[in-house]
Amino acid sequence: MKMSMLTSEDAVAQAMAEAKGPLVIRGGGTRTVGRPVVGEVLDVSGLSGVTLYEPGALTLVAQAGTPVAEIESALAAENQRLAFEPYDLTGVLGTSGASTIGGVIATNASGPRRIMAGAARDFALGVRFVDGTGQVIKNGGRVMKNVTGYDLVKLMSGSWGTLGVLTEVSLKVLPSVEAETTLVIDGLAADQAVLAMSRALGSPFEVSGAAWVAGQVWLRLEGFEGSVAYRASQLKTLLAAFGDIAEMQVDWRTVRDAMPLHGADAVWRISVKPSDGPAVIAALPKGTDTLMDWGGGLVWAGHSGGDIAATHSAVQAAVAAMGGHATLIKGPDAVRSAVPVFQPEAPGVAALTASLRHRFDPNGILNPGLMAA
Amino acid sequence: MEMPIPDSDVLARKARVVERLRSVLPADAVIDDPMETRAYECDALTAYRCPPMVAVLPATTAEVSDVLRICHEEGVPVVPRGSGTSLAGGALPTADCVILGVARMNDVIETDYDNRFIRVQTGRTNLSVTGAVETDGFFYAPDPSSQLACAIAGNIAMNSGGAHCLKYGVTTNNLLGVTMVQMDGTVVEIGGAHLDSGGLDLLGVICGSEGQLGVVTEATLRILHKPEGARPVLMGFDSAEVAGACVADIIKAGVLPVAIEFMDKMLIEVCEDFAKADYPKCGALLIVEVEGSDAEIDAQLALITDIAKRHNPVALRESASADESARIWAGRKAAFSAIGRISDYMCLDGTIPVSELPYVLRRIGEMSEKYGLPVGNVFHAGDGNMHPLICYDANKPGDLELCEEFGAEVLKLCVEVGGCLTGEHGVGIEKRDLMTHQYAPADLEAQMAVKDVFDAKWLLNPAKVFPLAVSEPRRGAALAAE
Repeated sequence: MKMSMLTSEDAVAQAMAEAKGPLVIRGGGTRTVGRPVVGEVLDVSGLSGVTLYEPGALTLVAQAGTPVAEIESALAAENQRLAFEPYDLTGVLGTSGASTIGGVIATNASGPRRIMAGAARDFALGVRFVDGTGQVIKNGGRVMKNVTGYDLVKLMSGSWGTLGVLTEVSLKVLPSVEAETTLVIDGLAADQAVLAMSRALGSPFEVSGAAWVAGQVWLRLEGFEGSVAYRASQLKTLLAAFGDIAEMQVDWRTVRDAMPLHGADAVWRISVKPSDGPAVIAALPKGTDTLMDWGGGLVWAGHSGGDIAATHSAVQAAVAAMGGHATLIKGPDAVRSAVPVFQPEAPGVAALTASLRHRFDPNGILNPGLMAA
Repeated sequence: MEMPIPDSDVLARKARVVERLRSVLPADAVIDDPMETRAYECDALTAYRCPPMVAVLPATTAEVSDVLRICHEEGVPVVPRGSGTSLAGGALPTADCVILGVARMNDVIETDYDNRFIRVQTGRTNLSVTGAVETDGFFYAPDPSSQLACAIAGNIAMNSGGAHCLKYGVTTNNLLGVTMVQMDGTVVEIGGAHLDSGGLDLLGVICGSEGQLGVVTEATLRILHKPEGARPVLMGFDSAEVAGACVADIIKAGVLPVAIEFMDKMLIEVCEDFAKADYPKCGALLIVEVEGSDAEIDAQLALITDIAKRHNPVALRESASADESARIWAGRKAAFSAIGRISDYMCLDGTIPVSELPYVLRRIGEMSEKYGLPVGNVFHAGDGNMHPLICYDANKPGDLELCEEFGAEVLKLCVEVGGCLTGEHGVGIEKRDLMTHQYAPADLEAQMAVKDVFDAKWLLNPAKVFPLAVSEPRRGAALAAE
């Protein structure tokens, strides 16, 4: 298969303008998600580097191919971080390589802190991208509040390279924290776990992570040391009825990267309202491994063997009935070619998205079919 | 401000349009008497007025759908209106338009504390969303100054912010889902009580689209538990430069206050005069508010005041009581009224990188002398969202134009230093013609392509956001196709 390595926005624009057929847009190559696309690979990981970082203004601008690790280490040097906690899919997908910031924004990849701080899309202040005709477009900027014209930054976030190829992103960053602790409640079934997490998230104590892993509820508190200690003690009192509560340091990458599901043949990422999390789990076939993040609102499910396509249809049907969306993050190519990997949209919405794709990519060359056939 | 020439063909069919609207709405929901339509002739940008052809006040999503379908069939432009508090002219009518007011749609549809959301009809005011949940300890975070009056519909259209968005984000960060009616009457559900989109993030582009993509009739909003307490500290400094440096140091220290508000010398005096907030007489003032339990607040304020002391404050006063906190905020919140009492004014809304604050303030001061118009500055310092208030005399011929010229120069400066034209008020008609300073033709074309998709005939609030000359081919083509 043909592959082009591009290192500048001009080169991306030229490649788009001259493209003869479908293009597979690749950053770090870590996200083999969606309906498989056959076409020339356009590798944009060469557009790399932090171009502006103002810690006092909480803003950072980077070329889209910049590795997330490079950005995180630049931020760490100033005691700051990406608050939306982008996940790393290499473990789930069995891929290698370095996740890029463009890939993170293009897929709106957010981790456990999303529930308090917001998603990747909430921290994207501005983008530059090249549309399917080779036109370079900018939107947003590098300031924290900006309502000048339509918010195409949000539209690009989570568009998986189907509307344009990101070349540069501006991000809002936040201070790191002095202290972190996790409260752990053992032995809760999914429905009890969601009740406990809802109680915690509905309190004034600023829980920055609420997950259910292997029968344990994890509640993360972050901030200044005294404040963390105070809130931990308050939450212990509030949640006493749910059982013994231990306080410990845990590795939140377990939840962020869905570590318990690594090695499964098929992995789903399902967003529903938190109280529907247990019903999603109940609708999955026996032998499915699950964990809940976002207080129950995000279910990760992994399954090996069985009829993946049938399970997938059942999961999406159940989620459609309750409101939300299920994505088959990992599955055999044959299955992903045959099923709607992303949650099918209602007809009115599907018409709008199809029409938007056609406007930004009239020739159908940008990851065609990746999100919807 | 130039507006499109009213479509004489539409005006000639007024009686027919009114009759059709009456066939789908209660009699008192269709207003066509020229005396009564005057009530809708402007929003909070009062310098521009134009009574609409008709105003309608639907009460349900189905009625909104009927109205839009009829207007779509008749080729009549529709200007959606929340509470009419836009400072940018977002709800300014044209003489040939139907104003669609959402004021009768103000019900709470569902409140769910376990899942932390509320679903409301969008005519409900911002403050009454919090009002519906506060006895249970919850609140809706975005808090524009006009929150007593402004409607959620308008908040969504303009992606409104507020003083406390440094911590909680603006409307788009707190909006989970909408029911929206498209111009042809189609009703779509976008988002819901769950987080994020499974497909393209349409919610993200609808929020802030200034009523040009559809009419949002219901919204699902994120609600949060109220913090245990909040307390402001007031700091006075010799100059804006020093106050700006203090803000940067606070942010770099890892404290994230819920609000950092800045007022300059002129605003301090005017607000003090009006609200008797007991402000110090000095060059610049900061109000920094933090939240949490008493002990948490003490710890954060200790850190903040330590930083402030390194900048030689001329005043440093931690609020000691709820009453004192209210007084500290009273001055800031009264800023627009206070200046309005002494002069006509235009409120700008440009945002700049916070590192550029001292430079931009100095340049604004120089422009004030050049134009001979006084200017006061109040703004959300933590996020660089400025609100220069330029004073002028509406009764003095040429003064408004001079003020607009001044304002345009300030906004161009904001863009020049890496900022933008508007941080939370929206473009409306006010900044429409400046859009080409921030965006290249291709950037605007991409935005207009989105409107093409949602409203192919360009009938929804068509004369806003984009420079008239830029949108003319689209509006013109839509007219010619009839």
